[in-house]
Amino acid sequence: MVFNSFTILTMKNIRFLFIGTLFGIILSKSEVVSWYRIYEMFKFQSFHMFGIIGSAVVISMVFMQLFKKGTIKNVKGENIIQKEKKKGLIRTLVGGTIFGLGWALAGACPGPMFVLIGHGITSIFIVLFGATLGAFVYGVLSKKLPN
Amino acid sequence: MEFILQPWAWYIAGPMIAIVLLLMNYFGHGFGVSTNLETFCTIGGAGKSSDYFKKDWKAQMWSLFFVVGIIVGGYLSSQYLMQSETIVLNPKTVTELSELGFENAGQSYLPAEIFSTENIFSLKGLSILIGAGFMIGFGSRYAGGCTSGHAITGLSSLQLPSLLAVIGFFIGGLIMTWFLIPLLY
Repeated sequence: MVFNSFTILTMKNIRFLFIGTLFGIILSKSEVVSWYRIYEMFKFQSFHMFGIIGSAVVISMVFMQLFKKGTIKNVKGENIIQKEKKKGLIRTLVGGTIFGLGWALAGACPGPMFVLIGHGITSIFIVLFGATLGAFVYGVLSKKLPN
Repeated sequence: MEFILQPWAWYIAGPMIAIVLLLMNYFGHGFGVSTNLETFCTIGGAGKSSDYFKKDWKAQMWSLFFVVGIIVGGYLSSQYLMQSETIVLNPKTVTELSELGFENAGQSYLPAEIFSTENIFSLKGLSILIGAGFMIGFGSRYAGGCTSGHAITGLSSLQLPSLLAVIGFFIGGLIMTWFLIPLLY
């Protein structure tokens, strides 16, 4: 029984493993996982990263409109609805700024961190440990922090 | 095959990321990576320290599979899909970095000055790696998302909190790149 439910769980989720693999390949091949690409972006010395994020946003916008109109439905035939992001001026600006400091220093956001594990970079485990610790401290303090 | 082995241009990568977002949504889940950091905390027993982590992590199984996939994608790329790790940088960037003491900029994906394994065993190197990670983890969870959740999903679905978060990402990134990295190196 235990084995059965485990198998079903895996079968249902294996598609996300494949999508993740595709995402990891895209991030590697387009050099998004390179520290230098992030440095160059924040120095405004290259269009590369702006082009990637910009075109991803513009095309996603088209998908979002098609989700809204119900032209594209999910695998179960239901409408696709985006979760509303938590509101709050301090939360988004201060949280965002802290994230930006880390992003520019490590040259990697959470997705690329996992890609770099796949590249066999030992020191990225320390960054990932720090990130998990950061998420933990946020969780503990979450009720006390201003939104 | 030649095309796959070359570095991919922005106009290939950007649209493909949008397709990843489409696939995730089609299969019933949003596109985002940083929530997994909280799931790691829950699996590690953080529920004992804070109710915030008292969640059923098995409900996030799909997302853990996504993350394992990202690692596999990184592995396959580095082993089979790359001819070289050289990155064609703006010559100005290379000069500026060498003035800061970053040698061989663009000769590989990552600067040895930050990511060499020896850095783990020096106080400065270790502090930078942990500190950068800490800010990424704390900041993304406080803001409610990272590049995938806010910059791509949030902006494309026209959500104001995401615009504010992305403005924050840039404030922080610019301060680090223009003022703090020159102080640290």
